[in-house]
Amino acid sequence: MRKLLLPGMIIVSAILIIARLFYLQIIDEELKLKSENISIKIKYDYPERGYIYDRNGVLLVANQPSYDIMVVPREIKDLDTIEFCKLLNITKEEFHKKLKKAVVYSPLLPSVFLGQLNKMEYAAFQEKERKFEGFYIQQRSLRDYQIDCGGNVFGFITQVNEAVINKNPYYKSGDLFGKQGVEETYEEILRGQKGVKHIQRDRFNREMGVYKEGKYDTIAVQGKDITLTIDAELQKYGEALMKNKRGGIIAIEPKTGEILALISAPSYNPNILVGRQRSRNYTKLYNDSLAKPLYDRSLLAEYPPGSPFKILTALVGLQENVIDTSTVFACRGGFSYGRGRFMRCHCGGGMRKLHMGIAKSCNAYFGNTYLNTINHFSTPSIGVDTWSNHLKSFGLGQFMGYDLPTGRRGNIPTSKTYEKIYPNGGWRATAIVSNSIGQGEVLMTPIQLANMMATIANRGYYYTPHIIKKIKGQAIDPKFRTKHVTTIDKKHYEPVIEGLAEVFKTGTAYFLGVEGIEICGKTGTAENFARINGKKVQLEDHSIFVAFAPKDNPKIAIAVFVENGGYGATIAGPITSLMIEKYIKGKTTNKFREENMMNRSLQHEYNKFSRKYIDSMYKIKLRKDSILRVKNLKKLDSIKKANAAK
Amino acid sequence: MKNQSVSNNIDWITILIYTLLVILGWMNIYSADITPDSSYIFDINQNYGKQLIFIGFTIILVIVVLTIDSKFYERFSSVFYGLALLLLIGLFPLGKTIAGQRCWYAIGSFTLQPSEFAKAAVSLALAKYLSDPQINLKNFNHQIIGLLIIFVPVFLIILQPDAGSALIFLMFIFVLNREGLPSWYLWTALGAVVLFIMSLLLKPQYVVLISFLSILFHYFNSRKIKRNIIASSIVFILMAGFTISVDYVFENVFQQHHRDRFNILLGKEVDLAGIGYNTNQSKIAIGSGGWFGKGWLEGTQTKGNFVPEQHTDYIFTTVGEEWGFVGSTVLILLFTGLLLRILYLAERQKTKFSRVYGYGVASVLFTHFFVNVAMVVGIFPTIGVPLPFLSYGGSSLWGFTILLFIFVKMDANKVNEW
Repeated sequence: MRKLLLPGMIIVSAILIIARLFYLQIIDEELKLKSENISIKIKYDYPERGYIYDRNGVLLVANQPSYDIMVVPREIKDLDTIEFCKLLNITKEEFHKKLKKAVVYSPLLPSVFLGQLNKMEYAAFQEKERKFEGFYIQQRSLRDYQIDCGGNVFGFITQVNEAVINKNPYYKSGDLFGKQGVEETYEEILRGQKGVKHIQRDRFNREMGVYKEGKYDTIAVQGKDITLTIDAELQKYGEALMKNKRGGIIAIEPKTGEILALISAPSYNPNILVGRQRSRNYTKLYNDSLAKPLYDRSLLAEYPPGSPFKILTALVGLQENVIDTSTVFACRGGFSYGRGRFMRCHCGGGMRKLHMGIAKSCNAYFGNTYLNTINHFSTPSIGVDTWSNHLKSFGLGQFMGYDLPTGRRGNIPTSKTYEKIYPNGGWRATAIVSNSIGQGEVLMTPIQLANMMATIANRGYYYTPHIIKKIKGQAIDPKFRTKHVTTIDKKHYEPVIEGLAEVFKTGTAYFLGVEGIEICGKTGTAENFARINGKKVQLEDHSIFVAFAPKDNPKIAIAVFVENGGYGATIAGPITSLMIEKYIKGKTTNKFREENMMNRSLQHEYNKFSRKYIDSMYKIKLRKDSILRVKNLKKLDSIKKANAAK
Repeated sequence: MKNQSVSNNIDWITILIYTLLVILGWMNIYSADITPDSSYIFDINQNYGKQLIFIGFTIILVIVVLTIDSKFYERFSSVFYGLALLLLIGLFPLGKTIAGQRCWYAIGSFTLQPSEFAKAAVSLALAKYLSDPQINLKNFNHQIIGLLIIFVPVFLIILQPDAGSALIFLMFIFVLNREGLPSWYLWTALGAVVLFIMSLLLKPQYVVLISFLSILFHYFNSRKIKRNIIASSIVFILMAGFTISVDYVFENVFQQHHRDRFNILLGKEVDLAGIGYNTNQSKIAIGSGGWFGKGWLEGTQTKGNFVPEQHTDYIFTTVGEEWGFVGSTVLILLFTGLLLRILYLAERQKTKFSRVYGYGVASVLFTHFFVNVAMVVGIFPTIGVPLPFLSYGGSSLWGFTILLFIFVKMDANKVNEW
């Protein structure tokens, strides 16, 4: 026994130690992570972000240097506090407060002492930087906008948040990245690739040199400059026209699908999202839940398109041979369909053919055309699906695939839609006739409207709208060079285009013409409702106008949409004419129209949404049953909505 | 002719493992110590350069030790022992104080630690005393003398104070146990260690209660004839007294840094930036090694000098980080192999003198090895003892080499000793 005691203990000890090693080296992963975090410092070299130009080569977005004074508290030596404070124009109390903050963060690691100095302050400090041991200047690059518009087009640069870091390991805490607009879409091209340096550190956090001779280091890749299809002048002009209004303008070059202007109102000056005031301004924009300046209405506003949709109704009717240019429908201030149902019309009445039907926007004409189209087929299901497929060839009811980060599908109903609404069957063309005039289940976004006009201008094809024109040293996505041809034959476009030209001669926009430019367009008015204190209230109609010009060899297709602007011809129409003239002639001649539009404010309409206004209009009844009633109504409404969505 | 017989009978397995350990030790010292701007391996200003000189001198030492007749060691063992005690006592007037410990003689820029050489001297003295056929460890007087041989140097070393080395000498009790010292000495010593740790973890009154209950249990659990109420009471009183005095010693006699070291180990205090820094950094370095390690000279923790004293007491962290689990296990197995080999050789010795001496060598090396590695991997309090053959330092390398090679010589000569 005595002989075996020591050998036994030796063996047991060896097993014990090996087991412990197994735990430390194999099982406990945390120790590995700790090792990497403390012994290797990673330094990033941030390349300058690419510049952004407009279609004419005008510089829109550049970069500006910004200077932060960094501090490493442990390294501060013999500081002349009075001189230091005087130089940076801060008080002694501020100095101690900031220094304390830095010490709390870490006495050994650098942190921002004073952020975003201007060039003057920087120059003054730099001269004496050597005197202030422990402080140094860190140069960063911020966006420098050359124009004060286009906030929604560019988007902005912001610090990455936790969610972004988790999704994309490229980003590290404190990195900047593009959000919204082209900054988001072309983030990877604009930002380039940051360079990485691994530096071996010792236990005092001192740098000891490059880790493994730079085996894992990479060199920074410069961000690429991009050229947008935007015409800066037109963009600026459009934003000026949309002052004090809400809505959007989209202008597209039909031949290429290039977006000439992308205006969402209200917008903001991109410069306010740069620099020291950035986060305060952003919060202000973000919290404005009524005007929603960060919400791009030109891409996201989904509405029943109203009258402009009649153009498509006509094209489908022609293609399916249910009408031709000489087909006549009678309008008696509207038309009746089914049992006692009547669709009103403001066109003035009379016997309508296609040409004047479009010019006068006759509801009766298009209602009949639509009924004939659907009834042309053996069942309404086949009819609706045929109609729906024609519309989808215009890029409707789907994401269009343009290069901006937000969008909506819109909605083009199919037989499935109606099978859900009428689960017991028995729906007929008359039940869905409001689709003919762009009401009912049809929904479109402004960019879809503009693209529809570009397609008509091209007589039957379109290119996916896009905002990128050139990327330095790289080709743009080939999908923007692919022609999409509609299912409507080319010959059917001509009579419709003639009708659209008539709109500006004798039709609903006869007073909106522009000298020397033959414009083809269509007015639109979309009813809209809001729920205010549980009551459905009809608000002023949305004003819509779509157009392209000139009639032959079109250069611009445009959709204008103004919330609560009334008839299409009152606000959206004049804005359209001005935009077209501005783009084609480079100047505007109708100064009266221009001034009128620029000074027009719809703020009084929008105030109806404000709490103050609502409270003054309605006495809020605090009685229990009324609150209950409102709740019930809301519930019913949401159930209905849910059903409809299904 | 004599040399011929030595090389024929020498135990080449021991020599091989020893050589491997020394080479591995130097490689790891080199890795722990190298800086980007030093590349010359004989650089006398760097620790790895000095260690290389120590190793070179070791070869001379080995040749000398193997050349001397093994009878010489037996005959002069008392002289060596006396010399060792003199050197230890001489430290008090002449020694050099480093970090509060007076353990070194300074000769120029080199320092010499006599306690490293005393290990061999005590082993020889114990072997000499116990190999006397008249000595019987069942005899109380003989027990006392045997224990005195151990405790006199222990006492001198505690005064330096060098707790680590004292612990090593204490473990010579294994040798006495092997040679017939009643087992209760050993179990009392181990029991005292367990009670000691329990007293630190729990409040003294609970430990007293637990002692009482276990005595009670033992009393009623043993056969009726063997029950002895007086003996049980005495044991209980001793345990209670020990517990209370440990508590008193810990709170009033220990210095703060002693208390801290124990508290970290027992998980009572977690202060990673301060006192627990060594153990924490050493665990991180070892843990980051993974299966196969980061490769020689590639350890990031080693390069960053995160582990203090990495070339001396914490040399094992370099092995753990750069050679991984596989490398560390190989090292542990090498050590275990060496220890078992020595014990095997000791048991087959023809003379009692060389058997006892071999046992002494094994217990010194084992205690060093276990205390050091267990401390580095965080299962033992921070007690500064070097890892034999690997840690940087001339005294310890020479001390261990002399200790081991005297035994190798004895083993090689066993045939001639008839």
